[in-house]
Parts: sequence; C-alpha cells; structure tokens
Amino acid sequence: MTYDDLLFGVFPYLCIIIAILGSVWRFLSDRFSYSSLSSQFLETRQLFWGSVAWHYGILAVLTIHLVGFLFPETILSWNAEPMRLYVMEATGFTLALFTLGGLIMLIVRRFSSSRIRVVTSKMDIALLLFLLIQVATGVWTAMFYRWGSSWYAMYAVILNAFLLVLIVPFTRLVHFLSVPIKYIWRPHQIVRWNRRSPIIGA
Amino acid sequence: MDVRAQTSMMFHLDKCIGCHTCSVACKNIWTDRKGTEYMWWNNVETKPGTGYPTKWEDQEKYKGGWVPKEETIKLRVADKASTFANIFHQPHLPTIDDYYEPWTYKYSDLFDAPAGDDQPTARPISLITGEHMDINAGPNWDDDLSGSTVYANNDPNYEKLTEAEKQALSELERLVFFYLPRICNHCLNPACVASCPSGALYKRGEDGIVLLDQNVCRAWRFCVSACPYKKTYYNWKTGKSEKCILCFPRVESGQPPACFHSCVGRIRYFGVVLYDADKIESIASAPENELVERQREMILNPFDPAVIAQAEKDGVHFSVIEAAQKSPVYRFVKEWELALPLHPEFRTLPMLFYVPPLLPVLGHVENGVYDVDATDYFTSLDKARIPMRYMASLFTAGNEEQVRGVLEKLLTVRMYKRAEQVDDIDSAQVEAMLKKTGLTAEACEEIFRLTSLPTFEERFVIPPTHQEYTAELTVGDPYAFKAEVGVGGFKGSPERGW
Repeated sequence: MTYDDLLFGVFPYLCIIIAILGSVWRFLSDRFSYSSLSSQFLETRQLFWGSVAWHYGILAVLTIHLVGFLFPETILSWNAEPMRLYVMEATGFTLALFTLGGLIMLIVRRFSSSRIRVVTSKMDIALLLFLLIQVATGVWTAMFYRWGSSWYAMYAVILNAFLLVLIVPFTRLVHFLSVPIKYIWRPHQIVRWNRRSPIIGA
Repeated sequence: MDVRAQTSMMFHLDKCIGCHTCSVACKNIWTDRKGTEYMWWNNVETKPGTGYPTKWEDQEKYKGGWVPKEETIKLRVADKASTFANIFHQPHLPTIDDYYEPWTYKYSDLFDAPAGDDQPTARPISLITGEHMDINAGPNWDDDLSGSTVYANNDPNYEKLTEAEKQALSELERLVFFYLPRICNHCLNPACVASCPSGALYKRGEDGIVLLDQNVCRAWRFCVSACPYKKTYYNWKTGKSEKCILCFPRVESGQPPACFHSCVGRIRYFGVVLYDADKIESIASAPENELVERQREMILNPFDPAVIAQAEKDGVHFSVIEAAQKSPVYRFVKEWELALPLHPEFRTLPMLFYVPPLLPVLGHVENGVYDVDATDYFTSLDKARIPMRYMASLFTAGNEEQVRGVLEKLLTVRMYKRAEQVDDIDSAQVEAMLKKTGLTAEACEEIFRLTSLPTFEERFVIPPTHQEYTAELTVGDPYAFKAEVGVGGFKGSPERGW
C-alpha cells in the first residue's frame, strides 16, 4: 500500500467512521456536553463581525464544495463556458475571503478578550487552528491555482478536511449536528405530561 | 374546555419589607455554582427603579414577550424564520454587563500582604476572569434607590408619567418606593418555551411548572431574549440555560419553594388554580385593556360541578381539585379580585400575581404634614404619592380604573377593621365603602384573616404530585427496570456472562 492509498483510501473512511461512532457515543454517554457553547453573553460586539461572516461564509462554501464533491460533472459542465467559470471563480474567492475574515475575527476575539479566554478549551484552540489551515489552504488554491474550481485538489486541503471530520465528536463542532430543524413545524408551546403521554410536541 | 391545573403564586406587596431573605435562600440552594453567580432566580427590586437586569421592562431594548399580529400574537424577538437567520448572533441578547459582573474579594491579601505602614485591603476580583475589577454594578445596585434619583428616573414605567408626577416622586419629603420581589412567573403562554429552537423548555402538564431540559438545550439563548421578565439565564460556564424551577423537588415532597418558605414578611402565597387551556391563545391575543379581566376569566371555579367533572375527565387528580378549592391564590385573584399580574401587556399570561401596595399610596404630604382625610378615605387615592398611572403601568397594562378598584377594596378592608377595633370611624361611612366596592362584611373579615393571620398551611396549599402514577405510567411496571444498569441506549441486566 502506498502513502496515497493510506491517506486517500483509508484515512477518509476511518475519519468518517470515527466521527459517526464518536458523535453517537458522546450523544448517548454525555448528552449534556452537546452545546454550541455560545459566548455571546460575555462578548457580543466582536462576535457579531466574526460569527456572522464565518457561519454564512462557511455554509455557502461548504455547500458548493459538497456539490462539487458529490456531482463533479455539474461543476465541470458549468465551468465549460468561460464567462460562467469567471463567475464561479469570483464568487468562490469572495466567499472564501469573507469566511477567512470572519474566522480571523473569531481567533482574535478568542485571545484578546480576557472573559473569552476563560471559556476557551484546548480543543477550541485546536479546532480554530485546523479551521484556519483549512480556509487558508482553500484561499491559497483559489488564488494561486488557475481555475482551481474545475479540478480542485490540494493534498493539504483534503487531508485537513478529513481531519476536521475526525475531530467533530471531540470538539464543540457537534453543535452542527443539532441544527434545530424541528422548530420549523413544531407548535410554539411544549407540554410534557407524565400521565397523558410521555412527551407532547417535543 | 380543557381543564388543567397550574401551581400559582401570589405576593402581597404591602407586606414586603425588602429584606432579600428569599433571594438568599434561593441563591444558597440553586445558584451558588460557577457560571451562576450572576443569576438571581429570585430577586427583589426597588420600585421605582431600573431593576435587574437593568431596565428589563424596556422591551424596545430587550424585545421580550409577545406582540399582537393580525388576529393572534407573535414573539417580539423573532419569528421562526428570523430565529434561524439570527442563530449565529442574536441582536437583542442581554450580556453579562446588563446584569453585573460577579465578584469576590481577594481575602488572602489580608493575610499574605508584607508588613508595611498601610492596612492591607481585600481588592475585588472578578468571578469570571479572576482579575482585579472595579465594582460599578451589582444585583441590588439601586436598592432603596441608592440615595439617588438616577435609578428611579430611568424606570421604564416613568415614560407614562407627566413631568410634574416625576418631579413629585423625587421630592425629598415625598420620596417614596416599594419593593417588587420577582421569580419566574411560570406563565401559561411562556415566551421562553415558544422561542426555544431546540425545544428544551417545556411546561409540566400536571402542575404547569416551566422547566428547561439541559440535555436538550444547545445554547441558542433565544429563551433569554424572549422572556420579557428576564427570568431565564444563560450559564456562561456550562453553556446551558437555566431558570427558576419553583423548587419542584421541594414541592413534590410537600414543602413550599425555598423563597416562599423563608419569607420573613410572609408575603407569599402558593396554591393551585384550575384553568381552561383551550382559551390560552385567544386570551393572550385580547385587547390590552382587557388582558387582566380575561386572564381572570380563564381561571375556573373549582367548586363548580361542571368544572370538577371536566377536570376529572381531563386527568386532573381529585386531590389536586381539592387543593384548588383551598387555594389562597384563587381567593385573592379570582374571588376577591385583589391580585394582579405583573406587566400583563407582555402577553405571556404570568401566573404569579401581586396585591399592589397600599402603603406608599396613602400619606400624602401637605404643608409638611401627612394629610389623611378622615371624611373620605377614597379621595386619598387621588392624592396618592405614587401616581395611579405608575401602578397601572406595572400591573394592569395602563388600566388605572382596575388598579384603583383593587386599592379601594384594600382601603375598605382596612377601614372596616379600624371601625371594628378602634371605633373611630362612622359605621355609615364603612357601609358606603362596602357598597361602593361590592365587598361584604364577611369578605372583609376573610381578606383580613388571610392577609394578616394566615397559618403556614393556609398560605401554602401544595398539591400532591402523585409520583406513584409517574413511576407507573412512564415505565409501565415499576419493577421492569429493576437491577438494570447503564443509561441511554445501553440498558442491560447485570447478569453473569457466558
């Protein structure tokens, strides 16, 4: 087995399996720890610029990556025409800078505010580091690899991405598994009965 | 009709002496942990004043509660779509600075300081960062107005007063305030429950206590913004929200909540009321000046055979119906119409009611002397030291007649007893007062008794919780899981392997 086989044939699947099993294990054994661990209560101004830019940016970027990852032909056929390629490249680059800006703001916030330092764990620092590597290498690809969106591959980007998948169950990243979709159709009020039925509406 | 039981509360403000024993009792039991230092599930504030957190009543700032929308109501802070849009940053979330930064003192300096010419001091250090800090806000910073008019002048209820009324309130000889103890209202239409994207908050069906399931909470913090009373709190340390639990472990074992039990002035009453849950939405959507009356309407007469029959059909245990019949809250709120909800215009249908204070209302000063007109006591309400408009802003969504009606009744009871005990008031005048307020002599006697001389059991009528049913009905056979180990999906019997 070559290094390539190991890094791109085994490692990704290993990461995904560990992420799934780890998240399930954490959910069952330590549900209390599932939280977005928001720190807006301690510092709100910097968070606004960091969090909003970061989250909206990464959601858009991640969605486009997923489309490219799952249906590569669609991206390739979109890029077949030069004008559309320029649009794709420009959009991707703008979003990437937006995301990177947000992330840098979040990192600055995490270390500049003494209140925020108190609620910063070692895993938070590790997570921010991996995210920075991921976004920075992404931006690098967009900047220095001509028409990267058509073939998009840089070892570091891919490996670090799966590393991020791997650490999901061991960081606050688990909060993205808790997207409260049920809120859309749930009635506003929730009543839990012991006698009528265990939980109504929850 | 869908009859449900609600553990409900009544605070008699005339009896509150502002000693904070309730707050301390609560703090010692529930919020003495890291991350909860700043929380006061029970707090006592001076009114007029800015309260805790600062200016919590100002919903232009905090966006709590519900507002009318077409035929119904919607959350002021966010509809469902903007909940998702604002999930990464909430524009109206209060921060720790809206409450105060908790602190302790560096006592070790008193012992470890090197010998010198100066007395060592224990400097304040933050309970969040551990760094030195300057104290410039605290949980009762404007207690007794703090010797300043600043806090009273920032009271959101002042908006409704005239300039002359505001001036009058801060004149030194007329300076006047009263205390407002606050806990979670365990509302019938709780904004915190409605706003939680995760569905972590819920109302207990059996007794209406509003609780927060911390295993479901994901720290989106919409409950903190949505509660107009600011009685859900975010624990910055654990990353979970917390709130008053009405001491349910105590209530389930037949004891009143700690803040009730410890109350020195014995201002607190605890009891069950039956209400019609089908009416919640329509009553919460009622026009502002009808809110108090409609909420009272929703509370059902526990002696009415039709109500009893429906209650039993809806699964209210007969022992709870019995407790509702003895409930002091029912008598003050529904029978005598003396107790009012706090800020009903927030439309959460709060189930903590207040008998508004009479004491600061009386005793108008004229030419440096207290003027108590013995010929017509009701006119003293017009010359009240705290304007009726202020009381109405707190308790009746601005309906002055309603507050006036309650205070007239309280005056009548007082005069009735004075005529009886001191005998310096013309009985014809007492008769006239009874007639005007619609109270009977018997009612006056009962109000007096339940206000001034109630026993422990009369103040706190705690319904049985019937944990035996809970055990049977949630797990079926209570012995089914006996001798099992593990949690979550890994339950199993501790049996010898093979």
